[in-house]
Amino acid sequence: MKTGFYPGCSMKGSAREYSESLLAVARELNRELPEVPDWNCCGATAAHNLDPDLALALPARILAAAEKDGMDEVLVPCAACYSRLKVTRHELLEDEQLRQRISGLVEADYRGSTEVLNILEWLSRVPELEKHVKKPFQRKVACYYGCLLVRPAGIVKFDRPEDPQTMDLLMRKLGAEPIDWAFKTECCGAGFSVSRTDLVAKLSGHILEDAVSRGAEAVIVACPMCHLNLDMRRPNIEKRAGKKISIPVIYITQALGLAMGLPAKKLGLQRHKVAVKISAANAAAKDI
Amino acid sequence: MARIGVFICHCGENISATVDVKQVAAAAARIPGVAHSVEYKYMCSDPGQQLVKDAIREKGLTGVVVAACSPRMHEPTFRRACAETGLNPFLCEMANIREHCSWVHEKGDATTEKAIDIVRTLVAKVKKNKALQPIQVPVTKVALVIGGGIAGIQASLDIANAGHRVILVEREPSIGGHMSQLSETFPTLDCSQCILTPRMVEVAQHPNITLYSYAELESLDGFIGNFKARIRRKARSLDETLCTGCGLCTQKCPTRKIPGEFDAGLGLRPAIYVPFPQAVPNKPVIDREHCTYYRTGKCRLCEKICPTQAIRFDQLDEIVEVEVGAVVVATGFDIKHGDFFPEYGYGKYPDVIDGLQFERLASASGPTLGEIRRPSDGKVPETVVFVACAGSRDPAKGIEYCSKICCMYTAKHAMLYRHKVHGGKPYVFYMDIRAGGKMYEEFVRRAMEEDGVQYVRGRISRVFERDGKLVVKGADTLLGARPMEIEADLVVLATAAVAQPGAEELAQKLHVSYDAHRFFSEAHPKLRPVETNTAGIFLAGACQAPKDIPESVAQASGAAAKVAALFSRSELVREPLIAVVDRQPPPVYSSCVGCFLCQSACPYQAIEKEEIRGRDGQLIKTVARVNPGLCQGCGTCVAFCRTKSIDIQGFSHEQVHAEVLALLNRGERDA
Ligand SMILES: Cc1cc2nc3c(=O)[nH]c(=O)nc-3n(C[C@H](O)[C@H](O)[C@H](O)COP(=O)(O)OP(=O)(O)OC[C@H]3O[C@@H](n4cnc5c(N)ncnc54)[C@H](O)[C@@H]3O)c2cc1C
Ligand code: SF4
Repeated sequence: MKTGFYPGCSMKGSAREYSESLLAVARELNRELPEVPDWNCCGATAAHNLDPDLALALPARILAAAEKDGMDEVLVPCAACYSRLKVTRHELLEDEQLRQRISGLVEADYRGSTEVLNILEWLSRVPELEKHVKKPFQRKVACYYGCLLVRPAGIVKFDRPEDPQTMDLLMRKLGAEPIDWAFKTECCGAGFSVSRTDLVAKLSGHILEDAVSRGAEAVIVACPMCHLNLDMRRPNIEKRAGKKISIPVIYITQALGLAMGLPAKKLGLQRHKVAVKISAANAAAKDI
Repeated sequence: MARIGVFICHCGENISATVDVKQVAAAAARIPGVAHSVEYKYMCSDPGQQLVKDAIREKGLTGVVVAACSPRMHEPTFRRACAETGLNPFLCEMANIREHCSWVHEKGDATTEKAIDIVRTLVAKVKKNKALQPIQVPVTKVALVIGGGIAGIQASLDIANAGHRVILVEREPSIGGHMSQLSETFPTLDCSQCILTPRMVEVAQHPNITLYSYAELESLDGFIGNFKARIRRKARSLDETLCTGCGLCTQKCPTRKIPGEFDAGLGLRPAIYVPFPQAVPNKPVIDREHCTYYRTGKCRLCEKICPTQAIRFDQLDEIVEVEVGAVVVATGFDIKHGDFFPEYGYGKYPDVIDGLQFERLASASGPTLGEIRRPSDGKVPETVVFVACAGSRDPAKGIEYCSKICCMYTAKHAMLYRHKVHGGKPYVFYMDIRAGGKMYEEFVRRAMEEDGVQYVRGRISRVFERDGKLVVKGADTLLGARPMEIEADLVVLATAAVAQPGAEELAQKLHVSYDAHRFFSEAHPKLRPVETNTAGIFLAGACQAPKDIPESVAQASGAAAKVAALFSRSELVREPLIAVVDRQPPPVYSSCVGCFLCQSACPYQAIEKEEIRGRDGQLIKTVARVNPGLCQGCGTCVAFCRTKSIDIQGFSHEQVHAEVLALLNRGERDA
């Protein structure tokens, strides 16, 4: 079984720490994650707003490259990239004519043998993950899935769209206590981060406030866009709320890394806007 | 020499628009053995049938082919016409040139050619047809009604009042169904129990009705007029003939903390219980799963205090076998429960409840004696949010259909809440309001205009708890999709109406079909709404689709009328299209070698063993015989028989072979 890795742009830029922590954890778990050769942009939000063909062609080229390289599956940690690749795969396999046309456009044939995985699926498949835990993450956490990991339900066919559980189960394995809350899949403002920062401040603010009021000590995410809104937009959120909100937002791979006893630096925790003053239990704050 | 008449119908333009009917008639006239061939605009009309009858008489026809629509449509019509002239009706065949040809092809020569081919095969077949005599079977004039909700009750009473015996089988300890749980009923707000109880009592007292409560159908065999049903009477742990229904045992039972089904889990009941005070029969059952004696071997208190010594701890289930002529299925519906709505916190927050639970809260006999108090802390809720279409009309949830009753009962609930809690604030979130029915729209308007119920058009996205309140997030789509957040004390979900658990299993026992949602299928969605595809089995009430009380009752009376019509005859006539085993004069007697492969293949247990004996009584041969009463003419045995000794009358090897040859030899003959 060969599992490839599609980083997409954010994992190389604003969400470097997501990629750093993922690769650190993968090394520790003895899993290889070769990058999809010669990968390109997935098209993100822009392509499918502008040109339906382009929106399929870009991910199709990535999938074809992975398939040609003999990858049985591709891990796509960014939830937005995951959505584009997953939707494209679905549409191409539903419609043979479309598949042929798009294959013609990108001059590469994707036949459908390569599967698309999100980070939660990939982690859930690690057998006996709890055995790798050295420093149980004994904290109350708010597992935040955002919108794209579980939707559209009919296409991603992953977890319950209204009340997903996979991340909660994973965090439990790491020793954490996931809170029961209502904002798991609420919108963080997503792509409006730049054009309507005010909206993001409001929506992301609601998410953080609920997590804090229920005693969460950290918000766990699996999407660079969510992280950006909840972490980097914190000044805007705080300004709108008129109070300081200091709950850190960390990637599931960082949480796993901490529980495995990896040093915070290797997990890129220093790169966050909101200081991560928590660590897995027993790890002193100065580790970070 | 055969003299066949061919009658080609235009079916208005249904056939003639794509098939050149004149050409078909001309071609048919050239087929050897055809003595007469005409076309006409509406062959099924009176003058059309007259054409057929006149031709039979004038030309001395020995067989008839009507090239028109599907035999399912008009075969009986034309066979009857033939019979009127004295021609055996089974010498008449339909050539389906509508569904099989004109409707599915474009106008053109090829389409006309195909129509001619179809006629050709049927002419070849009819030449080999034999005169057949219909089969007479006796009718057992007893009806089995399954399910004792309002639909089953109504059907039972109607059939019993028509003078026929009824066996009513109800799964629960009492009849009454969902209607017995309701508080007041739309659109008149009359008390549900008050109108239902007299009917229940009537069932109990009717001399023509035998009630088996706490019982289920085990199996059903046979066919219309002659079914055999096996009924499992589950052990009540009680001798019903001795029990007087005094209620002492239910008062004294020490195991009392069991969530009661009748109160939709909101009230508690003891282990020996009568579901509700008006229950019919008013005799308790012991719930063996919870009873302390069955769990620990100690207690038997009820046995000690029972004044008539009616308790039987060692009672076993009993199987009763009955013979019935017709079956009415009235097993009703259920509503969606549990984990289906994680986003609404249903099953997680005690104050998010379903419609039936609200009925119990509003009912004078309910756990709060009719006061609206929320389950968590008994507080009277100041704000209540009612959510219509919870799960219904939602392809993402797998339920595309409208549950039909919830718009109405939600209006009723909001109204009852306002009548009982004067300062209360009811909100209803809805998608559309479906209030088609006599006085229904007016009822909903009254809720809005007179009782001040706030209707908000929009769906809610989520319900969650915050500081002791239930936060309901939604949008008002009539005000520009303005997001709304309501802090409620109680949320009532009108959850989707779904099929009964066990509906699929029951359908399989009865050999009736069901739809993708496990509601039982009617034989025709418009013209045969109370029949199933299995003759002699009828449907009533919400087991066929979600229905309110008036509709359930109407359908039940419809089903009862069908049963009464069936029972008005003492014999039924069946088509003789059944299997027969070859018989010949001695010394062969039959080509059957007695392997009885057919017996194991027959799904209807219609194959019997027959011993052929000589005059001296000595056994010559054991061969297969088909019981004409049981055979359904499916033909499975024919495929199994190694010596080709079984044939289906009307679809014999010879006939089918002739049809195939007619097609294969077409080229030669036309050339
Ligand atoms: C919350 C709510 C409020 C409502 N309010 C109103 C109202 O105000 N007015 C109105 O007109 N309608 C109302 N209805 C609709 C009404 O309940 C139904 O129309 C009615 O109950 C249908 O009757 P039924 O006999 O077909 O089914 P049911 O009432 O479901 O009865 C079916 C019976 O069959 C039995 N059964 C099931 N399976 C088997 C089996 N395998 N063997 C033997 N027995 C079996 C069941 O135990 C039950 O007794 C309401 C429904 C709900 C959910
Ligand atoms: S009856 Fe009304 S509430 Fe029920 S599913 Fe239909 S539209 Fe929705």
